[in-house]
Amino acid sequence: MNLLLDAENAGFFEKLRDRFVNCFIEDDRWKYLANGLAVTMKITLGAVVIGVILGFLVAAIRATHDKTGKLRILNFLANIYLTVIRGTPVVVQLLIVYFVILAPLGVDEILVAILAFGINSGAYVAEIVRAGIMSVDNGQFEAGRSLGFNYVQTMWYVILPQAFKNILPALCNEFIVLLKETSVSGYIALQDLTKGGYIIVGRTFDAFMPLISVAIIYLVIVVILTKLVALLERRLRNSEH
Amino acid sequence: MSTDNSKIKLTKNSDQAAAPEKKPAEHINIEGSEMTESLIMVRNLEKHYGSLHALDGVSIDIEKGEVAVVIGPSGSGKSTFLRSLNLLEMPTSGEIIFEGVNMLDKGININLHRQKMGMVFQHFNLFPHMTIMKNVTIAPMKLHGKTKEEAEAKAHELLKKVGLDDRANSYPAQLSGGQKQRIAIVRALCMEPDVMLFDEPTSALDPEMVGEVLEVMKALAKDGMTMVVVTHEMGFAREVADRVVFMADGKILETGTPDEIFSSPKTDKAKQFLASVLK
Repeated sequence: MNLLLDAENAGFFEKLRDRFVNCFIEDDRWKYLANGLAVTMKITLGAVVIGVILGFLVAAIRATHDKTGKLRILNFLANIYLTVIRGTPVVVQLLIVYFVILAPLGVDEILVAILAFGINSGAYVAEIVRAGIMSVDNGQFEAGRSLGFNYVQTMWYVILPQAFKNILPALCNEFIVLLKETSVSGYIALQDLTKGGYIIVGRTFDAFMPLISVAIIYLVIVVILTKLVALLERRLRNSEH
Repeated sequence: MSTDNSKIKLTKNSDQAAAPEKKPAEHINIEGSEMTESLIMVRNLEKHYGSLHALDGVSIDIEKGEVAVVIGPSGSGKSTFLRSLNLLEMPTSGEIIFEGVNMLDKGININLHRQKMGMVFQHFNLFPHMTIMKNVTIAPMKLHGKTKEEAEAKAHELLKKVGLDDRANSYPAQLSGGQKQRIAIVRALCMEPDVMLFDEPTSALDPEMVGEVLEVMKALAKDGMTMVVVTHEMGFAREVADRVVFMADGKILETGTPDEIFSSPKTDKAKQFLASVLK
């Protein structure tokens, strides 16, 4: 009985090893994952930068309008942007940006993806940041203005640092979502991490090994990101006590 | 007690003889020039919040060096009046002439004028993400272009006077309410304002902390700072005010010396109010 189990186990691990070799070692197939990961990271980081800049800009416009009633037209445009981006699937946005707007110009696919995901993420970041700005007590704003700071200075020195701390968890969550959303980049013929795994499936007719590996890689990145943010959050909190 | 007093002395020049003499609230005419102008002249100030008439034709002159204490029942518009002086509340109409400039004129840079009007809030509103030192030096550094050394030297000087120099590296959350309010006063003073506005500075404090804040304000008054104070501290009004202003229903009903207002109020509203707070 015991022997039989051992033999079966040995068979199982051997099979696993064979599949591993077949999926990743043979023909250097691991490169699909490695190169895919590099593409995924490029897209994500680029999109985060665009998303944050766009998000803060739009949030500033919306919060200024909420607080002072100024910037009517910009606020109107910002609202359209938020409604359209949040009201349509990111895949559709990606396809439109690629096939309708940029492919005819011959723009590099990675750049297209960075733009599309960045514009998409900006809408979510904007609402997070706006909520953060509105969550800071109005007395802080008044204190800044009463010292003689103008609106922008008050925002920059007083409000945004406090808002940033409040929204850090939500912001991090948005980046995690963004990282995972880039897995649809295959739609515009980009070989990102997910597509890389899928290509291996096509070559080896083995779905388990490549797809589980892809999932684990995403998971590890997300866990690391989460840990980093928890660390940052703790440091920011310490600076108040 | 004597050490306490020296700690909260806020005068810059140690010339004891010259400083404490408070100027009475009167127009000082120097060689017939236009020196009759008051530091702040408020004319027919109106403020509507929807259907609420918060300020109803408020006019008053604040003289240089004067301590004006505004009292009145809650909802009387006294806070709205004070917050209108530096335009934290935008009046619906009227004039606020501060140092010769109508603050309600279009095209003036309100930020420059606010730099000369220090304000202290009921809830302190210290910046929680900055140390005490940063709280009190950020405005002079960013707005007056002072170096870190200059700003910190001035800050240390003022912090010593309110007895909190040892807390320079603390964060606001580590301080008591009374300490926070003293820091808030220092923050405003670091901008070297020409007038200080106090919006119920002791109302959010535990009773045992009211005294330390009032002491600082008294010392400030003694140094000749122009002050407009909205408060419920009748003792402070009686002791420190050059003039008490009684407001009700968005109007100034009476002004006079503390003696006049507290001993012989003329209007029924003032009599009623004083009877209820002075019992």
